[in-house]
Amino acid sequence: MIQAKFPLLSVLIFVPVVGAILVALISRQRENLIRSATLFITLIVFLISLSLFTSFDKTTRSMQFVEVYEWVPTFGIKYFLGIDGISVLFILLSTLLSVLCVTISWFSITKKVKEFYASLLLIEGAMIGVFCSLDLFLFYIFWEAMLIPMYLLIGVWGGPNRIYAAIKFFLYTLVGSLLMLIGIIVLFLIGGGTFDLLKLMQYNYPYHIQLLLFWAFFTAFAVKVPMFPVHTWLPDAHTEAPTAGSVILAGVLIKMGAYGFLRFSIPLFPDATISMAPVMMILSVIAIVYGGFICLGQTDLKRLIAYSSVSHMGFVTLGIFALNTQGLQGGILQMINHGIVTGALFLCVGVIYDRTHTREMADYGGLATVMPVYSAFFMVFTLASIGLPGTNGFVGEFLILVGGFTASKPLGVIAATGIIIGAAYMLMLYQKVFFVETNEKVANLKDMDKREILTLLPLLILVLWIGVYPNAFLGFMDESVKGVLERIDMQNQSVDLIEKLLEGLK
Amino acid sequence: MIIVPPPFPNLTPFIPELIVLSVAMVLLLLEIWVKNRVFIAGICILTGFAVIYCLNMSIGITFNGMFINDIYSVLFKIIFMVCLILTVLISLNYIDREKPIRGEYYSLLLFATAGMMLMASAKDLMVLYLGLELMALSTYILAGIKTLNIKSNEAAIKYFMLGAFSSAFLLFGISMLYGLTATTDIYLIAERLKDTERSLPLILSMIMIVVAFSFKIAAAPFHMWSPDVYEGAPTSVTAFLSVGPKAAGFAVIGRVFYIAFEGIQPDWTTAFIIISVITMAIGNIVALAQTNIKRMLAYSSIAHAGYILIGIVTSTYESLQAVINYLMIYTFMNIGAFAIVILLDKGEEIQDYNGLSKHRPLVAAIMLLFMFSLVGIPPTAGFIAKFNLFVSAIHGGQIWLVVIAVIFSAVSAFYYLRVVMNMYMKDPLVEEHQIHLSPSLGFAIFITVVMVMVLGLFPSLII
Repeated sequence: MIQAKFPLLSVLIFVPVVGAILVALISRQRENLIRSATLFITLIVFLISLSLFTSFDKTTRSMQFVEVYEWVPTFGIKYFLGIDGISVLFILLSTLLSVLCVTISWFSITKKVKEFYASLLLIEGAMIGVFCSLDLFLFYIFWEAMLIPMYLLIGVWGGPNRIYAAIKFFLYTLVGSLLMLIGIIVLFLIGGGTFDLLKLMQYNYPYHIQLLLFWAFFTAFAVKVPMFPVHTWLPDAHTEAPTAGSVILAGVLIKMGAYGFLRFSIPLFPDATISMAPVMMILSVIAIVYGGFICLGQTDLKRLIAYSSVSHMGFVTLGIFALNTQGLQGGILQMINHGIVTGALFLCVGVIYDRTHTREMADYGGLATVMPVYSAFFMVFTLASIGLPGTNGFVGEFLILVGGFTASKPLGVIAATGIIIGAAYMLMLYQKVFFVETNEKVANLKDMDKREILTLLPLLILVLWIGVYPNAFLGFMDESVKGVLERIDMQNQSVDLIEKLLEGLK
Repeated sequence: MIIVPPPFPNLTPFIPELIVLSVAMVLLLLEIWVKNRVFIAGICILTGFAVIYCLNMSIGITFNGMFINDIYSVLFKIIFMVCLILTVLISLNYIDREKPIRGEYYSLLLFATAGMMLMASAKDLMVLYLGLELMALSTYILAGIKTLNIKSNEAAIKYFMLGAFSSAFLLFGISMLYGLTATTDIYLIAERLKDTERSLPLILSMIMIVVAFSFKIAAAPFHMWSPDVYEGAPTSVTAFLSVGPKAAGFAVIGRVFYIAFEGIQPDWTTAFIIISVITMAIGNIVALAQTNIKRMLAYSSIAHAGYILIGIVTSTYESLQAVINYLMIYTFMNIGAFAIVILLDKGEEIQDYNGLSKHRPLVAAIMLLFMFSLVGIPPTAGFIAKFNLFVSAIHGGQIWLVVIAVIFSAVSAFYYLRVVMNMYMKDPLVEEHQIHLSPSLGFAIFITVVMVMVLGLFPSLII
């Protein structure tokens, strides 16, 4: 562990939280001040987080920027923060998307402005907290605390069916999380009275307990990802949420599930992971194909992108549970990619939704002539979503498929068809909205202004940057991924040893 | 034959009760002359603080071993005092608003509190019964104190009838226990039952006492009185009823079952497991259908009794501590929620909360905090309460009960969130939400908000 000289992670978590309180104190009438203050805070946080990018030590797999303080000594709960190659990129993604959420909401949020930006800042703090926590209790606090502002974000500023979507989101997540809480408590009791992840990872728990705990954690993470049978909250939540909400949901929130698998499930329960990996991979492949087919039938722009998330997150979990270097690296990179690309697509939809207030594809058409700059941006993100070589989507999906093939050939083949379906629905969407005849309703739309271009530009750069030179990002996770895999291999060997010993005894 | 006069009992352990009882009696007279409610309420609050101050100094056993003031009862008495102080604070302005309210209100509150304290300190079943009746009779009157309000009258009558019924059960149980052991001393009972076989009368008396106490804590299927009483009683009384008597009920459950019935622990555990599951189910499911917020909170308080019973069932030292912590935190969040109901001019129906965030953003935000705390979402104190309880229960081997509890917690989110939903996501039905903010009510809300946040963020203060 590398102790932090300066409590950088705490600063990243609490600047937005304190910022939210400050924003809440600003007079309600001064809406522009509220917006500017929020933008300022998120920008500051983003700039601070960039220092992680530069000062992160890529050569070690141990935790960096570590901060440990006693919190609740009775239960051995610590305020324990630290990041490694798996989490560092997510923090950057969270801080970047938060800035963009502020700028894209500038004019579109007009009611309860103060509450909106305060919620946004609270979400940002909690998101960063989730990715930094190395104490299970602390992790759970951030994980759940995020539900409150997110629930409000969907329910207050969302679309027509927002209340239903908000409550559905809340209940699904809560049930999963509470079962994970039981898992955490059991782990605490059998792991020697600590919530310290690094300490808990040193033990090898009996297989049947691992299996139970794996499923307890699975409920929480699978709901968040969302994996195949429990994905139904996602289309509603993503569709009804305001643009900023959709971006955060798609960009960061659903990554937390997959991150949870990587950070907690696999290292804590390696035996159970190995035995359950085929099940997880099958569920992932179902999500890829099933999600893709559903996309083909959508008429609502946001709903289509939402379902595409189900399909894309299927790739991510496939990569993770392939349990080899390529799969894991691809999985992590694809999470970042998906955050960037889907975040960008939701931002793009937000841009035209602000102008037309409709999400039906049939209401659009011929935007390519009306809004050329916008069309160009959208095209790049569409291609990235499909996974065209040269964009980031290609690198991630390629790695995942390599990993998937190595683990299981048939599943790899089926998963690959998901890319074809992906191309079909994304191109269909692009065609219906941007080509064909110009719809009268959209004939007089203005092209993007500077604010909107500036919002999308960073993501465009990232799409191409990762697409052309992925090593800049893969380098971060190399060591940590090796660490995760060693944990599993070690487990394999130790299981073999025990079996051999047992045989010897017989 | 020389008759030795019994020595004068050592009153030190009894000082806290003495203070409360004498202030209650003085207030009864004082209220005839002093019309200044602030003065009277001030005395009540001072009494509360005086008791908290005296508690630690007065540990001991007295009255020939009938009365005990130990750490266990001290912790409960602190809860009662917090409940008393907060109730007085939220009552001050409110009972003047609810016109036809009798002057004896505050002294009745004190009498009820004294009864609860006696219950927590009872070492003898007779003292327990005495305290229970003192509390019960005072609360019957409090529930019906709006003499001209038909619902309040109904509440009082219902409460009285069913309360008397449960007292009869309790006496029945006690008499059978006396028949078996020839004593009413809880600790002696335990000693004498140690060597006896598990017999039918013993089980019967245990069941009788379980039923009686389940009435007091409003556990299903003995909860029927509570929604009507909670709805009909003045809101400040409802706040008091939902916390104080419930905590007192748990205090006696702890004492009687952990000590007197130690020998038949598996039997009463089974009984309470069944009651706990039914309570969580009925409380949470029926709460979903309520339109009146006081009724909803009544069912929610039934549900919380179900969660707390898990701690009783686990029957370890740890779980008992978790029960006490839960009750403490529950006191703050529940009275806080009722304080908001009182704060609003029209706040008894759930739809009265529609669009509250538009007119009264701060009030809505505070109510939101209490609702999420009642669900048990971090970083509020409600989460700490549940977490602590679940840890102790899982440690004690009750993992399936905890699984049931978390599933019902998720169900409960639906009705608590409906209040939040109405406040934030619906349009107001009224032009303006009127509030009645008085300094004392504001102070009560401030305390509860601070405690819910602080205990949520720094749980080491109590656990």
